[in-house]
Amino acid sequence: MSSEALLELAGVVKRFHGLAVVQDLAFNLKPGEILGLVGPNGSGKTTAINLISGVYPIDAGEIHLGGRRIDQLAAFRRVHLGINRSFQVPKPFRGMTVAENILVAAEYGGGQPDQEQILEEVGLTAERHRVASSLTVNHQKMLDLARALATEPKILLVDEIGAGLNPAELNVVADLLLRLANRNIALIVVEHLLKFLNRITDRVLVLSAGRRLFEGTLAEASADPEVVAAFLGG
Amino acid sequence: MPSARPDQIRQPPLRDGIILIVVLAVIFLVAPKVYGNQSLLLVMMTFVALAQGLNLLYGFTGYLPFGYVGFFGAGAYGMSILVLHAHVPAIPAVIGGGIVAVIFGVILGPLLRLSGAYFSIANLATAQILLLAVANPSLTPLTGGPYGLKLQQVFAPGAAYLTMLVIMLLATVIAVYFRRSRFGLGLRAMTDDRVSAEMAGINIVRARLIVWLISAAIAGLAGGAYAWSISVYYPDAVFGTNISVFAIVFALAGGVGTVIGPIVGAILLYALYNAIGITVPQYFELLYGFLIVILVLFLPEGGLSLLRRRGVDVL
Ligand SMILES: Nc1ncnc2c1ncn2[C@@H]1O[C@H](COP(=O)(O)OP(=O)(O)O)[C@@H](O)[C@H]1O
Ligand SMILES: [Mg+2]
Repeated sequence: MSSEALLELAGVVKRFHGLAVVQDLAFNLKPGEILGLVGPNGSGKTTAINLISGVYPIDAGEIHLGGRRIDQLAAFRRVHLGINRSFQVPKPFRGMTVAENILVAAEYGGGQPDQEQILEEVGLTAERHRVASSLTVNHQKMLDLARALATEPKILLVDEIGAGLNPAELNVVADLLLRLANRNIALIVVEHLLKFLNRITDRVLVLSAGRRLFEGTLAEASADPEVVAAFLGG
Repeated sequence: MPSARPDQIRQPPLRDGIILIVVLAVIFLVAPKVYGNQSLLLVMMTFVALAQGLNLLYGFTGYLPFGYVGFFGAGAYGMSILVLHAHVPAIPAVIGGGIVAVIFGVILGPLLRLSGAYFSIANLATAQILLLAVANPSLTPLTGGPYGLKLQQVFAPGAAYLTMLVIMLLATVIAVYFRRSRFGLGLRAMTDDRVSAEMAGINIVRARLIVWLISAAIAGLAGGAYAWSISVYYPDAVFGTNISVFAIVFALAGGVGTVIGPIVGAILLYALYNAIGITVPQYFELLYGFLIVILVLFLPEGGLSLLRRRGVDVL
C-alpha cells in the first residue's frame, strides 16, 4: 500500500439479495488526483460511491482514509473526515433555498467554508433565494456539488454530473473539477462521456459487472478489446 | 462556525416568538379570573402542551406517535408514586414524572428505527402495554392497579394550574427554538432528505433521539401536573387512547411544523369540544375520525399550511 494514498480500498464487496454488485474492488487515490470511474450501466459505479460515502455498508473488505479505517463509520462521520459526493439523480433539500442548502452543510459539515465563494464557484449566485425544487436538474446537480464543497471535503465523489449538459456547460464543469483538484481535493468522477473525462484526467478504472476490468490511462482503455467488448455488451 | 454567513436563512423573527409566549401566558393567567371553570382551562393547557409536544416530534421529524399518551401516563404515575411512596413534594415529583417519561423514551428509542405506520402502531402498542402493566391488580400496592390513585394530600389546584402553565410555555419555547435554531435547521434538512442530511454532516440518529426525548419529557411533565390537578384518577384517565387522538387532531388541525398551529388548534377545538362535545360525545368521536382523515388527505400540514402556501411564513 502506498503511504501517500489518501483513500485506499481493498477487497471491497457489496451484495444485494445475495448477488454481488461490487466484487473485490481495490484502488488508491492521492490528494489532488482525479480517477475516472467508467463502465456500462449497472456495473456498480454508483454503488462504489455509496460504499465509500457510507450510504451502504460494505459486506467485505476495507476502506481507509488517510491511514484510518472508515468502513464501519456512519456516513456523517465520514463527511466530517473529509468524504463527500454528489448524486446521479440530484438530492438537494428540495424545500430549502439554494443558500439554505449550502448553509446546512456549512453548519454541520465540520468545516468553515466561504459560502459566497461556493455559490460563485458553482454558478448559483443568482439562484441563491430560489427553492431547490424549482431549479433545473443541472442546477440541482451543481447544488449537490456546492453542498458537498461546503463540508470542505478532501475527497469528492462525482456521479455522472455531465449527463444532460451541452458542450459549453461541460467545459465549465470540467474547469471547476480541475480547479478543485488543483486545491488538492481528490476526485472520483463517474462519467459516460469519455471526451469529458479525457479533459480532466488520464487515469481510469473500468468496472464491468462489479469487477475491475481495467485500470490505466483512458487511451489504453479504449484500445483494450475487453473494455470495448464490455461497453458494447453493456 | 462558518466564516461567511450571508443573509439567507428564512425564519420567523424572534420577536414573534416572544410576543406569542407573553400573550399565551397572559391569557391563561387572566382567564381563571374571568371564566370560573379553572379545571377546564387546565385541561385546555394540558392539550396545548400535548399538541405542542407531539408537534415537536411529528412536525419536526415526521414520526407520528399514536401512543404519545404513554409518556403522559408514565409522567402521571411517576409523579404520583413519588408523592405517595417517596413523599416527594408535588413540584419536584412533577419533574420526576418528566424524568420517568424520558426513561421510558430511552427504552423505546429503538422504535425510531421503524418508519411511517410501523412506528406509529408499535408506539400505540407500547402505550397499551404500559396501561395494562400499571392497571394490573398484582401491582395494586404500587400503582393502585385498576382502582387508580389518590393524591389528596398534595391537592393544590392553584399551584397545579401554574405548573401546567409553565409546562405549556416550556413546550412553546422549545418549539420556537426548533423553528429558529441551527438544531431546527438540521431537523428541517433531515425531514427533507435523510441521505442528503447525512451528507451535510448531520448525526441523524442522535438528533431524532434528542427530539423524541424532549417530546417525551413534555408529555411526562404534563402528565405529572395533570395527575396533581385531578388528584384522583383511574388508569384510563391518563392512558386513554383518546388523549393521543386529541393531541394529534389538535396539532394537525392547527398545523404541524409551526409553533402557533398546535396552540390555536388545541384551544379552538378543545373549546368546541366543550361547547358541544360533552353532551354528545359519540358524535364527537365520529367528527374527529372524519377530521383526521380529511386533514391527512387534504391538509397534511394543517390549517396554517393554507397561509404558508400563500407565502406567509407563520411562526
Ligand atoms: N439499493 C439497491 N438494492 C438492490 N440492488 C441495487 C441497489 N443499488 C444498486 N443495485 C444494483 O446494483 C447494480 C449496480 O448498480 P449501480 O451501482 O447503480 O450501477 P451503475 O452506477 O454503474 O450504473 C445494478 O444491478 C443495480 O440494480
Ligand atoms: Mg450510476
